[in-house]
Amino acid sequence: MSVRARVFRRRVRSMVLTGVVAGLCALAVLPLLFILGDLVAKGASSIDWSFFTRNPAPAGESGGGVANAIVGTGIIVGLACLIGLPIGIGAGIYLAEYGSGRLGWIVRFVADVMNGTPSIVVGIFAWTFIVKPVGRFSALAGGVALAILMLPMIARTTEEMVRLVPHSLREAALALGYPRWRTSLTVIVRTALSGIVTGCLVAVARIAGETAPLLFTALGNLNFSTSLTQPMQTLSLQIYVYATGPFDEWHRLAWAAALVLMGLVLVIALLARWVTRQRYGAS
Amino acid sequence: MLSGAGGPGEVRLAVPGPTGTPPPAAAPVIPLQGRNRADRAYQISLTALALALPLLLVVLVGELATNARPAIERFGWRFLWTSVWDPVAEVYGAAPMIFGTLASSLLALLLAVPLALGVAIFLTEFAPRWVRQPVAFLVELLAAIPSVVYGLWGIFVLIPFLRSAVVPPLKATLGWTPFLEGVFYGNSLLAGGVILAIMIVPYIAAVSREVLLAVPASQREAALGLGATRWEAVWTAVLPYGRAGIIGAIMLGLGRALGETMAVTMVIGNRHDIGISVLQPAYTMAAAIANEFSEATTNLYLSALFEVGLILFVVTVVVNALARLLVWRVARGAALGSRAL
Amino acid sequence: MAPPEPLPHITTQRLTALYHRQAAIKDVTIALPRHSVTAIIGPSGCGKSTFLRCLNRMHELSDGGWVTGKVLLDGQDVYGGGVDPVRVRRRVGMVFQRPTPFPTMSIHENVAAGLRVNGKLSGRALNEAVEQSLRRAALWNDVRDRLHTSAVALSGGQQQRLCMARALAPEPEVLLLDEPTASLDPAGTQRIEELCHELKARYTIVIVTHNLQQAARVSDRTAFFYLGELIEVGRTSDLFTKPALEQTEAYITGRFG
Repeated sequence: MSVRARVFRRRVRSMVLTGVVAGLCALAVLPLLFILGDLVAKGASSIDWSFFTRNPAPAGESGGGVANAIVGTGIIVGLACLIGLPIGIGAGIYLAEYGSGRLGWIVRFVADVMNGTPSIVVGIFAWTFIVKPVGRFSALAGGVALAILMLPMIARTTEEMVRLVPHSLREAALALGYPRWRTSLTVIVRTALSGIVTGCLVAVARIAGETAPLLFTALGNLNFSTSLTQPMQTLSLQIYVYATGPFDEWHRLAWAAALVLMGLVLVIALLARWVTRQRYGAS
Repeated sequence: MLSGAGGPGEVRLAVPGPTGTPPPAAAPVIPLQGRNRADRAYQISLTALALALPLLLVVLVGELATNARPAIERFGWRFLWTSVWDPVAEVYGAAPMIFGTLASSLLALLLAVPLALGVAIFLTEFAPRWVRQPVAFLVELLAAIPSVVYGLWGIFVLIPFLRSAVVPPLKATLGWTPFLEGVFYGNSLLAGGVILAIMIVPYIAAVSREVLLAVPASQREAALGLGATRWEAVWTAVLPYGRAGIIGAIMLGLGRALGETMAVTMVIGNRHDIGISVLQPAYTMAAAIANEFSEATTNLYLSALFEVGLILFVVTVVVNALARLLVWRVARGAALGSRAL
Repeated sequence: MAPPEPLPHITTQRLTALYHRQAAIKDVTIALPRHSVTAIIGPSGCGKSTFLRCLNRMHELSDGGWVTGKVLLDGQDVYGGGVDPVRVRRRVGMVFQRPTPFPTMSIHENVAAGLRVNGKLSGRALNEAVEQSLRRAALWNDVRDRLHTSAVALSGGQQQRLCMARALAPEPEVLLLDEPTASLDPAGTQRIEELCHELKARYTIVIVTHNLQQAARVSDRTAFFYLGELIEVGRTSDLFTKPALEQTEAYITGRFG
């Protein structure tokens, strides 16, 4: 074959393969469009004001809403943040500031191991650690389970963000006569703050949708409850119960609840992106 | 007048400047002696917070092991290859769920890897700039969808779709193979594998993308300079360089698939059965725990489930560790697995 | 007749600075007079910056950095037992080669960060102190209308003067300048050099520079370093016109560098 023909064939093959790759990419994204589309198509029609303000109706009856689930999601996620954020951010700062030795290596390794732990395993651990000794399912146990999931995520993203702060800033602050702790808090962490907040928001978006760790801790509750020591419902648990239940009415409500949950996750994720853009504050 | 050899805390006396002009009024000199207790306190508090993690892990593994002990002592290694799971007779064998976990994850990888690599290669090498951001965002969004929402979609959309549009042609063409034996009722290994595939694509794609971005531009440019087409440059220069990292990315996807619970338990059928046909219901370790934990009435039953949890934990930790090692070799530094994506 | 030599503010005695086992400067004994500008010159890698960083105990923050010998600030050894390096750095300030304003803070907040080192100030007292520092750094007129805008929006020269205002805010006695004009344009360089002249009435200034003309313009005394050793030190006019040692002359006339 002549050189020209060979080159031509190679070019065609390159174009075809590029097309294949683009096609694969489109195929990968397709399910997302279907899922979002189905959520809206099957769920939007069930959403009205009463959906947000009413509690689930008794089995078999129609109507009812997810008020208790929305509040429950908020409470349990809030609890998880209360526990997980200080420890996670503190551990992250430790890793960035003092973590170059052996202890830092151990903490980092542990964080990576915990990041890969299946959430159901965290769930049964929280059951045996809190629910069993206390004798009761509770929102608190659910919050702790989600906090355990959050901790390693936040520790690693915080470390990453703090490490990104240029060394020259640290030197400038130290040369001013700032002690190390003050340099760390008022200069380094402050500079990294928007990145740290983004990392936290991403983690919150992750745990807001979790179900497995809550199955045996918060358990779920058909009634409205804000008590931390009683079982509590979340959107994710509600979706699971409704989707796997026998009633068509429940299936309809499951789609609506899923749409609400997805909306919540999306809002938090977009907030995280917005924070990243606001990097340098007022100007 | 000098203050030169004075001790700490002495106020500096006025010294005439070289030009004879009176200098500004002397300010009290900060003594140089001092201790820095605040720094120690800061370091100690941060260290204490950081130690919470290893402590937590030790307690977690400890509790898992302690709770699994009765089952371990009762069944020993047979637990791993016995297929019988009988809560009444109190005989437990995890072989079906171990098989199901591996089979569903393998199937998921088979489907997800080409798609994910397609995304990664397309986004890093071929996509025009205006396409990159939106597509990357969409892929990230895939990772943000909660597992239970995937499960919901799996039950009411995916399974009917498989039943009507995918399985019939598959059976028509490949029905003679043992992989497609039997009647398809919906909840099956196939459904589990497909839903897992969709879920792990964004993870494999994101890490592969980082790996490809870490490949030095010189590799690509050298190939192009030699006259390679764009695709050839990618295939011969970029991909081989990043091979270890991409394998690591795939293993990370595997790690995610192994531990996935809700979506799987909602579509896989939850049956203690080992079968090579993907059309049959199956079980995974995570799904079994989710399904049966609240039903476990006896200590041994519970203990068996804890043992399953322990096995799951160990397997995912090992897979993730290997994965990170591979990726670290190529794309150092990034804190993997810590992001939602 | 020349006025009498001003009394030394900082003296080093046999100062040696090392990284792990490698000495960056060896056995340096020098006296830095009060209220004057001393320039440190020498080819790249001769230890000028390392020497400077020993004076405010920044060298030990580098990986493997340690020091033997003494650095006397008004007669007191800053490396002595019980001395808190943080306090040393409050009395000996430093400005670096690249401007490093704190990026998340406004101009006002950057200077205030320097003021907070010495304790709480608020309200009017704080604003007045910020103004005073900015005036001393010859930046006040440029930024008086935009004190609360981001510090990184300033030009390079302005950022460097902001760093000087910030370094002056804690009222140090000594100001160490590590190649402060290296990343600036000629206009910015000139402003900084003028600043040095104005500031030496209040502060003792030590400036490291690889620019011989700058050293000649700005300093009263000059010290020549080579390969980590102090070769010669003396009045700038003397050193540049009739250097005592051949090595000094070779460097100044450009035979090596």
